[in-house]
Amino acid sequence: MTAPSGGVTGGGVTSGGAPDDGAVGRTGARAMPTVSELRAQGARVERWGSWYAAEHMLLTLRAWIVSVVIAGLGSPILYLLAMGLGLATLIDSDAATGPDGPVPYVQFLAPALLATAVVQAAFEECSFPIMGGFKWRLHFWALHATPVNPRQIATGAVITASARMVMNAVLFYVVMLAFGVVPDLATGWLSMGAGLLGGWAFGLLVMAYTASLRDDAGQLTVLMRCVFTPMFLFSGTFYPLSATPVWLQPIGWVSPLWHASELGRAATYGTSDPWWLVVLRVVYLVALSGLGLWLARRSFARRMAL
Amino acid sequence: MDAVIRARRLVKRYGDFTAVDGIDFDVAPGESFGLLGPNGAGKSSTMRMIGGVSRRTSGELQVLGLDPDVDGPAVRAGLGVVPQDDTLDSELTVRDNLRVYGRYFGLSRARCRERAESLLAFAHLQERADAKVEEISGGMRRRLTIARALISDPHVLLLDEPTTGLDPQARNLLWDRLFRLKEQGTTLILTTHYMDEAEQLCDRIVVVDQGRIMAEGSPSQLIREHVSREVVELRFGRDHNVEVARALDGVGSRVEVLVDRVVVYTEDGEGVLEQVARLGLRPITSLVRRSSLEDVFLHLTGRSLIE
Repeated sequence: MTAPSGGVTGGGVTSGGAPDDGAVGRTGARAMPTVSELRAQGARVERWGSWYAAEHMLLTLRAWIVSVVIAGLGSPILYLLAMGLGLATLIDSDAATGPDGPVPYVQFLAPALLATAVVQAAFEECSFPIMGGFKWRLHFWALHATPVNPRQIATGAVITASARMVMNAVLFYVVMLAFGVVPDLATGWLSMGAGLLGGWAFGLLVMAYTASLRDDAGQLTVLMRCVFTPMFLFSGTFYPLSATPVWLQPIGWVSPLWHASELGRAATYGTSDPWWLVVLRVVYLVALSGLGLWLARRSFARRMAL
Repeated sequence: MDAVIRARRLVKRYGDFTAVDGIDFDVAPGESFGLLGPNGAGKSSTMRMIGGVSRRTSGELQVLGLDPDVDGPAVRAGLGVVPQDDTLDSELTVRDNLRVYGRYFGLSRARCRERAESLLAFAHLQERADAKVEEISGGMRRRLTIARALISDPHVLLLDEPTTGLDPQARNLLWDRLFRLKEQGTTLILTTHYMDEAEQLCDRIVVVDQGRIMAEGSPSQLIREHVSREVVELRFGRDHNVEVARALDGVGSRVEVLVDRVVVYTEDGEGVLEQVARLGLRPITSLVRRSSLEDVFLHLTGRSLIE
């Protein structure tokens, strides 16, 4: 084995042509970094650390990119074919009425499915990968030893999850365009923003909760089955919330998915809701997202306070 | 020159449990400093406080002239950390583990690439640079962890049990790399419960037990002060050790009975063996050796306490 040793310390690396063991023989001669140098380096990481963390986590997401794209395109195609076109043939009454009159079922369904896809992507990125960062892959602990702080690690994970959500939103919207189910192209793209808001509002709370779990004793699976699935079923995704029994409607009212779906519908074919209700939906989703982000960052900080 | 690390009456408590119970020490620039002690002695807690990831309960602590509880990011910017548990990113390649880590110290991408290549060479990992971390051996992972800790060219390297679980060849290769860093003036702070490791690498050692410092000094100083020059190990079979020890009373400077053997501390090992023979005792095996840090360690921390 060769021993191209020497240059691990700063001097050796930059001097390039220095003999291999040039550094050997120096005894304790390295200059200590000054306090102001260290503070400057610490300050740089305090400014950009979340992005460094995101850069790292996105590097691993890259390995999954093909399957993300295939699933991101395939699943909307299947849903729109099966439900929008297949199921729709059995539906006699109009599912919804927009400002311009009755809306075909597939147009009613598509923006809500987009929101669902983004919320599901958010759930996926904010649950097991976070558990894994602490428990299995352990990379969060590796970062903890660097100048980056736990809150920045959390923000990095949020940025990473957001990148995945954006991908799913764009892929879904492309499929919607291909199916011709976006009547209003001027505002239709805003349905992607509605989906993102829904994803953050739900996903960041999930992230905060996941980061607080010491062990996975099935809580995340329970969360999937007992929170995500009912939310998906009772958020006015497949039929208007008003068609749901009154006692089930509160699920929709608190559900980020319902608000995101309704906003998506407003963007693609318009809405007869009063303007303040649209604003209220946005405010509600932004508020939940903000709360989720704050809780997630706090959750990471608590988990990593040793 | 100012101390790299300065601790005074350092205390860390977790609830009712006191992990570190008022310890004082200084580490000079370029020194190799070892924290030695049994499991649960407070070594790792001390390392975490130095590393700026765990707040102290009380006392003073300065690392590179800064208080880690106040200037955490700045302190961590100046340290390289080799944790006890392997925290390499198993989803990345060997090379990417290095590159990605450099970014966390605010290094440019170009600088990270450059550092990664020279550290791959330093850690003898060039040939496995594109392998996934999960495909490489334990010794390689450990070397990679050390290389990763060096990415920002830190002045101080913290090593928490760096060679635990490695085979002798892997340990020796690792020691060689650490020794080289030491020659280059890197301050090494390491915890270990391997005495040979401490003797190989440390200029100065503190023996800690139950959160307190039991002794401090260079390896040879500790041996001189706490144990005799030579040690004679006698095995009589576990049923006979206690009665034999009684017969050995007065032989050597001290006699200790372990589960499996009787240990006699002495300045003259051969002389003890002759005395044993004269007493008519026939050990199954006997061994004269120079005393080591292990004897100091066992003497100071108490044999019965080791599990």
